[in-house]
Amino acid sequence: MSVMEQDSAGAPARASLLNDPKARGLFYQLVLIVALVTLGYVIVTNTIANLERQNIASGWGFLENTAGFGIIQSLFPYSETSSYGTALLVGLFNTILVAVVGIFFATIFGFVIGIARLSNNWVINRLAYCYVELVRNVPLLLQIFFWYFAVLRAVPGKREKWSLFDTFHLNIGGMRLPKPIWETGSHMIGIALIVAIIASVVVSNWARKRQEATGQQFPMFWTAVGLIVGLPFIAYLVMGMPMYWEHPNFVETGPILRRGFELNVGINVIPEFLALTAALAIYTAAFIAEIVRAGIQAVSHGQTEAAHALGLRNGPTLRLVVIPQAMRVIIPPLTSQYLNLTKNSSLAVAIAFPDLVSVGGTVLNQTGQAIEIIGIWMAVYLSLSLLTSAFMNWYNQRMALVER
Amino acid sequence: MSDTKMFHIRTEEAPLLPAPVSTTGVIGWMRQNLFSSISNTILTVIGILIAYSIVAPFIQFAIVDAVWNGENREACLPQDGAHGGACWAYVKAYFPQFIYGRYPTDEIWRVNVVYALFVLLLVPLAWPSAPFKRTNAILFLVVFPIVAYFLLTGLVIGGSVILPIVETARWGGLLVTLVIAVTGIVASLPLGIALALGRRSKMPIIKMVSIIFIEFWRGVPLITVLFMSSVMLPLFLPEGVTFDKLLRVLIGVTLFSAAYMAEVVRGGLQAIPKGQYEGAMALGLRFWPMMYLIVLPQALKLVIPGIVNTFIGLFKDTTLVLIVGMFDLLGQIQSSFTDPTWSTPSQGHTGYLFAAIVFFIFCFGMSRYSIFMENKLHTGHKR
Repeated sequence: MSVMEQDSAGAPARASLLNDPKARGLFYQLVLIVALVTLGYVIVTNTIANLERQNIASGWGFLENTAGFGIIQSLFPYSETSSYGTALLVGLFNTILVAVVGIFFATIFGFVIGIARLSNNWVINRLAYCYVELVRNVPLLLQIFFWYFAVLRAVPGKREKWSLFDTFHLNIGGMRLPKPIWETGSHMIGIALIVAIIASVVVSNWARKRQEATGQQFPMFWTAVGLIVGLPFIAYLVMGMPMYWEHPNFVETGPILRRGFELNVGINVIPEFLALTAALAIYTAAFIAEIVRAGIQAVSHGQTEAAHALGLRNGPTLRLVVIPQAMRVIIPPLTSQYLNLTKNSSLAVAIAFPDLVSVGGTVLNQTGQAIEIIGIWMAVYLSLSLLTSAFMNWYNQRMALVER
Repeated sequence: MSDTKMFHIRTEEAPLLPAPVSTTGVIGWMRQNLFSSISNTILTVIGILIAYSIVAPFIQFAIVDAVWNGENREACLPQDGAHGGACWAYVKAYFPQFIYGRYPTDEIWRVNVVYALFVLLLVPLAWPSAPFKRTNAILFLVVFPIVAYFLLTGLVIGGSVILPIVETARWGGLLVTLVIAVTGIVASLPLGIALALGRRSKMPIIKMVSIIFIEFWRGVPLITVLFMSSVMLPLFLPEGVTFDKLLRVLIGVTLFSAAYMAEVVRGGLQAIPKGQYEGAMALGLRFWPMMYLIVLPQALKLVIPGIVNTFIGLFKDTTLVLIVGMFDLLGQIQSSFTDPTWSTPSQGHTGYLFAAIVFFIFCFGMSRYSIFMENKLHTGHKR
């Protein structure tokens, strides 16, 4: 491009418009615009004609209509008489639920396995390597099928169970967990938690400023843990213990058909959710493990040696020198893995877990509003990915400021 | 003088003693890598226990208890209380379906010819030191798709049937998986290059259109793209024009992977030093000659590993087409579970295990190749 600038700045070579880079650039862009507008026009007219022929009224009115189908898992009250809009909202919340739970477990597994990949212990190292290679090279959908059709169908039937610590129970109906019951006054626990979080942010700001000014360190981690655990616990005691756990009730005696878990006691995690989250967490963890390994390896060995030379022990070296630098390399690809996990949660449709795509597919089949439904899907996932890239830009800028 | 006799001066080197047993050989290696400290020893024991608890039942299932021959489900039913092992007899019986789908038996040679051509052209292309790269690439990227298209779908010239038409609805198994993955990657390469160049262009509108296109496709899950191509695409077409279902999926997959390909190619373009562009301009080359003579050959060579990784991703993602009702390898296996002839408790496990092995061999092989290329290409650009 510098050639063009020299041309226009140097000798006024006005040979012909054909050779003027600016004119050519304008022309190409004009052609592109005309082509795109024409394509858009053809698509829109065709679509309108096709919709008229199929008697589908486009627009968002259908969202008000009664859905008439049930959804096996919902985070808020939903019945067959609810509207299509509510059904889609249920789907959206389920997608978010799967994504959050999946990201939580994927991060833990991923970091553990990524660090195991760097272990000096040959057995641990090889185990982690095998895990990563096996999981990364098998399609996610196959893994979801494996967990759903092969593993979770091999557990005990409705009238039996497997239990762990007498708290977690598993059978063909899914997993049963104790459910926290909040009585009046328990809102104070929530308020205490929020106060504790705000307080620890304030204290950490103060501690950082003090350290920058005087060099004195403050045991920030333990203070924060104390605040976040302690304050809600005090609130819990002060309000007269307004929360208790409701354990799932397993009926073992009586008529055979009445045996099994009592309905609506405790939390029931449906097998579709279990299979989907397990597969997503395990699959994404393999990718996160590689990112973590690469990130830690990216910190040059000289940094560790310099830290040791300054007299830092192994723990502080890792905490103060290696991890902060590794995180700078790890975070950007990590966020894109989180985004991938969220997008991959759309595979829920294959095992009929009611996420956004699955519920949307049902609505699409019933109403035929293809454009609107696909528009909703695209809008939701696109805004998620735009949010993620906005976060990444923010993070990169923040990191760039720290860099000298 | 006599004092000197008191000294002993060694005139030759002392014989080298072997290193202590505890630091060499298997024992030394084990001491260093497995039992160097107490915590390390505990880790080793836990690791071995985990490995054993996974590998032992797997071998029991896949090899020891497995049934290799049989005519129907009777052979694979668990007998006298023992757990049923893998039912390889079922995979054997269904093998042609897994590979060719419901392609007519008389015409299967056509699929085999395509497979053979594919391998024959791909191997020298992928082999770094093989000659005739340019001819080979043209054959593989231009001639092969045309030949494969007519071989697979059929050829009728002026009413005379040279190759009988086989509808794509009868394709299935590995054939569909490979067709979608290979077409997706080959067709998305030129589109991806164009988009990558567009994204780096100085013309604002072209740049903006490229960015919107790339970010749109990268931001949505493939499954919604497949739904879009199977539900929405027919609405965009004028009345009476219909697309084959496979073709619709192919269009969706191509647009989707073109966006990812564009980002891979852009990475390569960014890695080319500015001096290369400036050198090309100084020689008086215009934009396109500069691109295809100087920049793209270097950039594309750099991104071969990236392209292979995109291909691995696409290859795994082709399994998603079963959700829109097509039968790829996984879809074919899934649909074979409904057959009562082979219905046993271990059928599902066996089918998934087979699919996993096939996908693992393909993907792991390709990722090894990508690492090999990366190491090979790394030398030239190491600074």
